[in-house]
Amino acid sequence: MTRPTAQIRPAPQPPALRHRSVTTALLRPQFLALLALLGINWLLFPGFFSITWQDGRLFGSLIDVLNRGTPVAILAIGMTAVIATKGVDLSVGAVMAIAGAVAAVMVTSGQPAVLAVAAALAVGLLCGLWNGILVTTLSIQPIIATLVLMVAGRGLAQLITEGSIVTFTDPVLIFIGTGSVAGLPTPVVLLIGLTILTTLAVRRTALGLLIEAVGINRSAARFAGIKAGALLLVVYAFAGLCAALAGLIVAGDIRGADANNAGLWLELDAILAVVVGGTSLLGGRFSIPMSVVGAMIIQAMNTGILISGFSPEFNLVVKSAVIILILVLQSPFAASFVQRRRLKVAPGAQVSAQQGDRA
Amino acid sequence: MNRSLRPLLATAAIFVLAYLLAIAQFPAMASTRVLGNFLTDNAFLGIAAVGMTFVILSGGIDLSVGAVIGFTTVLIAVLVMWVGLHPLAAFAIALAVAALFGAGMGAAIYYLRVPSFIVTLAGMFLARGAASVLSPDSIGIKHSFYTTVSKSYLLMPGGGRLSVVGIMMLLVFLAGIVIAHRTRFGSYVYALGGSETSAALMGVPVARTTVLIYTLSSTLAGLAGVVFSLYTSAGYSLNALGVELDAIAAVVIGGTLLTGGYGLVAGTFIGVMLQGLVQTYIVFDGTLSSWWTKIVIGALLFMFILLQRLLHSAAPRRRKILWTA
Repeated sequence: MTRPTAQIRPAPQPPALRHRSVTTALLRPQFLALLALLGINWLLFPGFFSITWQDGRLFGSLIDVLNRGTPVAILAIGMTAVIATKGVDLSVGAVMAIAGAVAAVMVTSGQPAVLAVAAALAVGLLCGLWNGILVTTLSIQPIIATLVLMVAGRGLAQLITEGSIVTFTDPVLIFIGTGSVAGLPTPVVLLIGLTILTTLAVRRTALGLLIEAVGINRSAARFAGIKAGALLLVVYAFAGLCAALAGLIVAGDIRGADANNAGLWLELDAILAVVVGGTSLLGGRFSIPMSVVGAMIIQAMNTGILISGFSPEFNLVVKSAVIILILVLQSPFAASFVQRRRLKVAPGAQVSAQQGDRA
Repeated sequence: MNRSLRPLLATAAIFVLAYLLAIAQFPAMASTRVLGNFLTDNAFLGIAAVGMTFVILSGGIDLSVGAVIGFTTVLIAVLVMWVGLHPLAAFAIALAVAALFGAGMGAAIYYLRVPSFIVTLAGMFLARGAASVLSPDSIGIKHSFYTTVSKSYLLMPGGGRLSVVGIMMLLVFLAGIVIAHRTRFGSYVYALGGSETSAALMGVPVARTTVLIYTLSSTLAGLAGVVFSLYTSAGYSLNALGVELDAIAAVVIGGTLLTGGYGLVAGTFIGVMLQGLVQTYIVFDGTLSSWWTKIVIGALLFMFILLQRLLHSAAPRRRKILWTA
């Protein structure tokens, strides 16, 4: 059954991370960029790589980069799956706010924390399902379908918190945001767990292949016997779930739910992380671990700007410069330039063009 | 022609109905004063939405408009207060910068073959970042020109004031309608939105049109920034946060199809007015909190997308009208 889909795929290369040695994987531009950024940070701040063990947990700038980059990385995992199906989810920031608001309001009204966490995740799942239904059943463009929740979601979150910042002292929620497991901050542990689970789910089962097939050509995938609608629903629900988890982490971190600012513009950071990670915006080619690396690249950049003493305002300018650089590198124009004017411009060709550029 | 008017008629009917209901509850809303405030308060949104209409008609999207508005207000404030230029000169420079910015984005979209969504996202970061690099703090503008403009208005019957910015918005809408339906560029935009390949085969200069569309959108966003600056007499990098979403919502509510090639600039006007109505109603009611605005606009957006879906699937298949002009 899977053979036709494999032939339709425009990239002659197999999908990421398969049949590849660890060394070639580590030589990807993303890892080089991350190393370069960390190196620059180290030059700016010599103590950057020092990690100390204190009070039963690790401390250091590297851990900080990991910890601060986690919400975007978790969003990026869900976003990768959505973008791989040729969609996009703009509502994740708003869903973060809703999930945080639900959890905060529930614990402050005396509900047990476990129930609050479960409810927040369930609400995230529901939001994702709503997006999925708009995209599949009503076949609305993903950008627009998720725009509805992006606009209304923050209003809903404010409705739940009644416009105020709901603060809480619940130990479980605070543990999710700022606690530590085996020396690592809880968010980082959650991120690692989610990354491994999701990667296994998409690479050790047919799920990844099906997602790629739907992303490349939805109707062809449907004719090949893939239940495209159900798959899209699952993917959007998963993105909502990831957003809810990120929302819980952010709420736990500040010990309160801020409906206005929680997750504001993080959807854009998440999309950026996915693009930096090399997932094609045209659907089909995706890699979840690389998106996490992409999120860390963004965070390393943010941290670097902060410790270099530049005002944080430069952050946005640098970010846009990075996007522009990536766009130019990924563009067919650059690909054809580097590939000595190959006629067929496939996404695979773009990757090798990028690598060839650096090598 | 009849079919292309249907979404517009639906939006107009809903607007009239909503307005009548609002008047039934608060008779004071029928006055021209409220109407005048409608126009003044939503002037920047309306002007930006005209540009967005062209972008969406061509099948693209422009996420940078809010950021361009914010950047323009800061640039004008810096030029007027720090450099000491006359506001009119500052406006001209700001509009030129915005136009160049849009042209750059359009060129990137066409030549790099990247979705407009991503390019304008980068543009949004760049414009917001540049604005906050110029000045992270809000700059108040004190200039005799600003006071003159904010004090001049046309008196409407019933005591309503049609302010300068309100008039500017109406003029931009008129110009937008003429450009969309009475010029060659306008029909190119519709053709591009219908199908880029067919448009290219028909001889539409795709590169030039794409660049022009985004130039137009950014220039209008710059003009919206000028209006915003006149309206608030200040420049701040976080001005007009999220206006791109309001503009997209106004365009969609106005009946323009998001897949491109289908819609009317006049519809966007009603979309903007409908959003203004929701806000005004919430102010009149007094008990509803401001977040209801977002929820209601989200619900309206959903309703109109659904409506479009129904109208579109009811239409004859495989026939796309490219020449609504």
